[in-house]
Amino acid sequence: MSNQPLLNIEHLRLSFFTPAGEVKALNDVSFQLEQGDVLGIVGESGSGKSVTAYSIMGLTAYPGRIVGGEIHFNGHEIHKMTEKEMRSIRGKEVSIIFQDPMTSLNPVYTIGNQICEVIRLHTNKTKEQAHARAVELLSLVGINEPERRLKQYPHELSGGMRQRVMIAIALACEPKLLIADEPTTALDVTIQAQILELMMELKKKIGMSIIMITHDLGVVSNMCDKIAVMYAGKIVEYGTADDIFYNPQHEYTRGLLTSIPKLNATEHERLVPIEGQPVDLLNPPAGCPFAPRCKSCMKICLREMPPYTHFSEDHYSACWLTQKKEFEARKGGDRT
Amino acid sequence: MEQEKMKKNPLSVQLDVSDFLPADETEKQSLVVMRESVSFWKDGMRRLLKNKVAMVSLVVIILVMIFAFILPIFYPYSYDEQLRGRENLGMMEPIPEKALALAESKGLSTFPHILGTDNMGRDYMIRVMMGTRISLLVGITASVIILFIGSLYGAIAGYFGGKVDMMMMRLVDIIYTVPDILIIILLSVTLKYPLKQLAADYPAMFGWIETVGVGLVCIFIVFALLYWVGMARIVRSQILILKEQEYVTAAKALGAGSGHIIRKHLLTNCIGTLIVTTTLQIPSSIFTESFLSFIGLGVAAPMTSLGSLASAAIGGISSYPHRLLIPALMISLIILSFNLLGDGLRDAFDPKLKN
Amino acid sequence: MGKFIIKRVLSAIVTIFLVATITFFLMFLVPGGPFLSEKAPSAETLAALEAKYGLDQPVPVQYVNYMERLIHGDLGTSLKKRGLEVNDIIATGFPVSAKVGGIAIAGAVLIGVPLGSVAALNRGKPLDNIIMVVATCGIAVPSFVMATVLMVTFGVQLGWLPTMGLSGPLSYIMPCIALAFYPTAYISRLMRSSMLDVLGQDYMRTARAKGLSQFVMLFKHALRNAILPVVTYLGPLLAYTLTGSFVIEKIFTIPGLGSEFIGSITSRDYPLIMGTTIFLAFLIIMMNVIVDIVYKLIDPRIKLK
Repeated sequence: MSNQPLLNIEHLRLSFFTPAGEVKALNDVSFQLEQGDVLGIVGESGSGKSVTAYSIMGLTAYPGRIVGGEIHFNGHEIHKMTEKEMRSIRGKEVSIIFQDPMTSLNPVYTIGNQICEVIRLHTNKTKEQAHARAVELLSLVGINEPERRLKQYPHELSGGMRQRVMIAIALACEPKLLIADEPTTALDVTIQAQILELMMELKKKIGMSIIMITHDLGVVSNMCDKIAVMYAGKIVEYGTADDIFYNPQHEYTRGLLTSIPKLNATEHERLVPIEGQPVDLLNPPAGCPFAPRCKSCMKICLREMPPYTHFSEDHYSACWLTQKKEFEARKGGDRT
Repeated sequence: MEQEKMKKNPLSVQLDVSDFLPADETEKQSLVVMRESVSFWKDGMRRLLKNKVAMVSLVVIILVMIFAFILPIFYPYSYDEQLRGRENLGMMEPIPEKALALAESKGLSTFPHILGTDNMGRDYMIRVMMGTRISLLVGITASVIILFIGSLYGAIAGYFGGKVDMMMMRLVDIIYTVPDILIIILLSVTLKYPLKQLAADYPAMFGWIETVGVGLVCIFIVFALLYWVGMARIVRSQILILKEQEYVTAAKALGAGSGHIIRKHLLTNCIGTLIVTTTLQIPSSIFTESFLSFIGLGVAAPMTSLGSLASAAIGGISSYPHRLLIPALMISLIILSFNLLGDGLRDAFDPKLKN
Repeated sequence: MGKFIIKRVLSAIVTIFLVATITFFLMFLVPGGPFLSEKAPSAETLAALEAKYGLDQPVPVQYVNYMERLIHGDLGTSLKKRGLEVNDIIATGFPVSAKVGGIAIAGAVLIGVPLGSVAALNRGKPLDNIIMVVATCGIAVPSFVMATVLMVTFGVQLGWLPTMGLSGPLSYIMPCIALAFYPTAYISRLMRSSMLDVLGQDYMRTARAKGLSQFVMLFKHALRNAILPVVTYLGPLLAYTLTGSFVIEKIFTIPGLGSEFIGSITSRDYPLIMGTTIFLAFLIIMMNVIVDIVYKLIDPRIKLK
């Protein structure tokens, strides 16, 4: 166990079987996450970020199904587990925070009810002990007057407050892994910073791993140890935050970086949007999914899926451009 | 420099220099299967045409309309023609000899009575046709009245908002809580007299009331008075959402008047909702009409509607069950078809209205 | 909560007052005033009657008198059933109607809610399709159609069930089914769509992510939210059942309030029409108040106004 990573996903394939056909939402996704690490998954809508995260919890929505690959988490083989076995892990060893705190809490039950529910489900605590734990959790996530808040209903709290409650629910049983699915997207900018700060603080206190899903590179830059960039159900580049920000290798990553506004931009510097639309996952192209939008697209890109090129122990990307350089280097070597 | 730590990758394919040539635009685009973008109406129509249930319902409605409006023109009997000697015939029962002789001497039709005749010797088939016609007319006219009053009222309340909206909606709330069926019955009972009086006093202006039938006019009046509130609420909430949209602000900035904005921008944009709600209003109006006719408050004899046909048939239920079953099934068929068509329209044009 | 109830009750009283006023003035449209029939009585009778009912007094005085009697719960005297108070007619007729109507309402809710939920949970499967086809047909069948079809089949043709009156438990079957059929179908559809809506909500995903069992998710988290539209429908349901009972009682010859009401319409017994209307309106409006309060108890989001 000790040298095993906390989470190991290997060649995960997941499809949604819709009436229109099979939508290949995840296409050979592999990555590892060590105990205590923070992984950021970045990508645009529909790139498979959330689907990856949900599959770890066995929350894949109907009509989605894992069609290949393995998920190992904390000694469990998630891909083989039944719904009933999954239940004992969810909320206990792995928890999730959703995007929209406004709708993620049940409107007809009090905050206290919803926090105590998960505590009593996974521990042997009595009603009183669960209540005490709920109070403790609320103060942990920075909510004042926890006793009073526990008696309130979700609609009586602000968005930021509700997201704190969601975090409290997620942390109730001290999970090994916390998945945050765009936890700040629905919040005001000032609240966003507070929530992110809170999460980092709690990470230090509790020591769990975090998977941070976002389409906002700014969010991941100062939080994450590793970043995975996803495009059309594939990880197109993986690396440390420094690798991704200062040494991007995939054209899509570069495109993402140039589309972030910078404060120190000179007058003439323009934001460069990524032109075009994401591919149709119903009929994915044979080659690189990003090819149609890529400025440096080559003939091979349209035909073949690029293999991963490794630049260091944990920095790799899937792009024919890097393969081209290698190819040319080899050719040059042959000649001499 | 970046590739210093580059590892060798086993390549699955033999690579050629030409593979690394830049691809041109057309090659790139050939990969992208773009779904054609379609307009709201086209998209909705396509979804509607694909919806088999809705299409079958539409066909049924058209057939029923032909049955009610066109067939009677060619039918040899009329709905109020009492044929002596042919009373209480069963379905497809041959006309008695005596009546045949009578018909010959008077030049009456001897076309077979497909559904038999009623106790007054009227052909039942044509009565069902006329009943269907009246029920459809009531349903559609009432819905149009409701559509007109409700959408206008709702649009005004929603558009002006604030105090106007509050006052107007308070009235709607009050009407909403009034038990409508009871008031309808009450109105139908009492309105008869002043309406009759009106028609008698001013035959030139209100003579049509007698022609249409006092009972029917009563039904229309009560629908116009009470049933529009649901429509008004729906339209108001639509307008409230729509008026926050930028194009309305733009129109205002360009100096467009309120009336123009309501008509041009707001009503056209909630037309999907209006169509769906009106279609679903038709069966509910027919439902109410048949109920009123059944308890004896609908059209006046000899005119008939499906509800009054059913009501009249109750007396002879053990001997002539078909007289009851046929109008009953007809009502259900019409209501079902309109409901299913309305559901189809909603799915096609207004998915957010679902539920 | 107390303030909310008081406010709702007050507005209900306003509505009842409104209905009573409308009723009173509508009756003036009938020639000869509210207490007379179409056939013109002789001058002496008319004068005697007018004196008896205070019709010789100016309209505002009559209105005040009428309202005063109403507040004391006196709905007047029947015109056609000599000497019978409207209150007495309601007192004998209503319990009968209430029994049939109560069974129908309870049946509609107890069958409709599970059917709709089961359909939603089996979305797209044959079970869902069967339930929805039946329910869709169900909302297209007016209660009098259902009643007569039942009567022809089981009463007349097969002779299994009694067709008249309320003599024993067997005789309740057909009226109750006829009355409950439409609302059961309606509630099933309502419940299905609201259950589907709730099942797709984010908080259901949260519940699942907590590791809760199917049972807890369904009965604790989904049902309480999904049942809200059904609660709002209880007001209209009562109104439907009451008016539906008019025709059902006529068809099955049940001596309830409904058949009295239909009878009063046919015989133009205006005091009885007025009295019954006001009584039923009172019931329906009060039911709506109760529904609002229950809704508030289930859904904390509704603001107390």
